[in-house]
Amino acid sequence: MSETAEKLLNPRPESLVDIPTHFCPGCHHGIVHRLVAEAIDHFGLREKAIGVACVGCSVFLYNYLNTDVVEAPHGRAPAVATGLRRALPDRLIYTYQGDGDLAAIGTSEIIHAANRGEPITVVFVNNTTYGMTGGQMAPTTLLGQKTTTSPYGRDFHQAGYPIKMAEFLAPLEGVAFSARGAVDRVANLKRTRKLIFRAFEVQVQRLGFGFVEVLSACPTNWGMTPIEAAKRVEEEMIPYFPLGIFKERKEADHL
Amino acid sequence: MKKKLVKGNEALAQAAIEAGCRFYFGYPITPQNDIPEYLAREFPKLGGTFLQAESEIGSINMVLGASAAGMRAMTSSSGPGISLMQEGLSYLAGSEIPAVVVNVQRSGPGLGGISPSQGDYFQATRGGGHGDYRTPVLAPASVQEMWDLTFLAFDLADRYRNPVVILADAMLGQMKEPLEMRKPELPPLPAKDWILEGCQGRDKRLLKSLYLGEGELEKHCWRLWAKYEEIKKKEVRCEAYRIEDAELVVVAFGSPARIAKGAIMEAREQGLKVGLLRPITLYPYPEKELADLADQGKTFLVTELNVGQMVEDVRMAAGRRAEVHFYGRPPGAGSLPSPEDILHEIRETYPAR
Ligand SMILES: Cc1ncc(C[n+]2csc(CCOP(=O)(O)OP(=O)(O)O)c2C)c(N)n1
Ligand code: SF4
Repeated sequence: MSETAEKLLNPRPESLVDIPTHFCPGCHHGIVHRLVAEAIDHFGLREKAIGVACVGCSVFLYNYLNTDVVEAPHGRAPAVATGLRRALPDRLIYTYQGDGDLAAIGTSEIIHAANRGEPITVVFVNNTTYGMTGGQMAPTTLLGQKTTTSPYGRDFHQAGYPIKMAEFLAPLEGVAFSARGAVDRVANLKRTRKLIFRAFEVQVQRLGFGFVEVLSACPTNWGMTPIEAAKRVEEEMIPYFPLGIFKERKEADHL
Repeated sequence: MKKKLVKGNEALAQAAIEAGCRFYFGYPITPQNDIPEYLAREFPKLGGTFLQAESEIGSINMVLGASAAGMRAMTSSSGPGISLMQEGLSYLAGSEIPAVVVNVQRSGPGLGGISPSQGDYFQATRGGGHGDYRTPVLAPASVQEMWDLTFLAFDLADRYRNPVVILADAMLGQMKEPLEMRKPELPPLPAKDWILEGCQGRDKRLLKSLYLGEGELEKHCWRLWAKYEEIKKKEVRCEAYRIEDAELVVVAFGSPARIAKGAIMEAREQGLKVGLLRPITLYPYPEKELADLADQGKTFLVTELNVGQMVEDVRMAAGRRAEVHFYGRPPGAGSLPSPEDILHEIRETYPAR
């Protein structure tokens, strides 16, 4: 008689806490959390990792990631991470930030942390809206997109253009890695997994600042079903926010 | 111990080093630049971290990060920069992370000027940030106290897991005085069993101020309140000078207290019974000391480098029992009162019996 053993092909990463999610159905935050947890496990650094949670739906990272976490004020996670980095030079320091947090109120902190080449990893979740506060316009809101504070659709005459953070940060000397991925379908998810791993790896190798933007669905505030929302990522977001690597440094070069 | 002639800001910076601080984050602003400049020069020799931040918002949050890792960390600034730090102070208090924040006060509102001022009293003592929180506020009045109170600030911050403010002014920062570089004896501190350094061999830890669960925040706020009550009970500090027989008690902190002392000596020569009560901690405030003096029927003259801020605390402590006069000198070039100015006010307000 042959033995049949059940084998879990994708066991829960150790860096992910085993609790039910509270995120809305179809929200991509949970998927991104898992990829971050897998990356931390991959480098075997769970017990040496400190996360910085920001303000937004993304703050609840602290419930799901099984690492030490400190909460930062809205937009200030890269500054908090800088303080941690200087205090704990051999630890793994990462931030997890939404688009309002990183690309609006926190632009000063992100630019200067990147420019200093802080060896930290920043995971940037772009869902083109302010999730937690109820779907207002974000700096990443697409032209024509209706939100509660752009009820007629975002108009560049009035509100400027959606900001492309991964491209924007890439040219800074301190940035070792800058890329954009999506998790709307399996092929993209697999590629994004690699991007997130790489954004952590450049920190481990002390090459500089690691940045990865992930296009993410917010079905609740987009007024869509989870499937429609994933489709919107592909049909509306990716054409404007192209996926790919915008900067990759292979070795430390000190000018 | 031998004394050395040292500038106030540099005394503070060296005291921070002696107190074990190795992390400084700051952004330039007059009149406190000697502090970052001193530490930028000295920290590299000691393996410390000096980092010029992109803004005061950056500085305070870098302090939060380094402090979350259990390190003694400090920032310093003045008026406008301290305003930018208020959100960070509120988060530090809410998450119970220690920090030392130095305000070498300049004058406001707005860009104001760089002359000595005490216009930030309300901001410092009332918690200029949002929410139900308090921070101990220490007010040096000499270069020696710039040194001594820096040790105390780091001690209180660690003891109560709370940010502590040192409220100095441009005059104290810039003047040179003989300094005894003594190390105070302080009681042992509680273990830092809350810091983040990676969860090796223990459960993960969380430092946060967000409490959304039913009743959670209320509990948190009451717990913080209990801590502030303990601080009020144990940490009040003030200097009393010739108050026993005084009919009139001058109340002043920081630089004006020194000027007032000169005036009081002169008044005594002229046969007036005048004393000085100088709060060293502005929070917790020496309420009881003032209330006792009010009970004894003394009259108060409050003098500040502003249009009247601390005077409200004196009125509150004295209640209706005592007469409280105010002599304010809002900031501006040449606005520091002379001992003669204060003596004049003493004569004007001295109780007629
Ligand atoms: C200083 C400050 N301003 C405003 C807010 C309110 N606020 C909370 S979350 C948020 C936006 C969150 O949006 P985003 O960063 O896109 O994250 P998401 O919720 O979409 O994950 C805002 C504006 C705040 N907490 N602090
Ligand atoms: S509001 Fe949007 S971002 Fe927040 S949990 Fe729901 S779907 Fe996710």
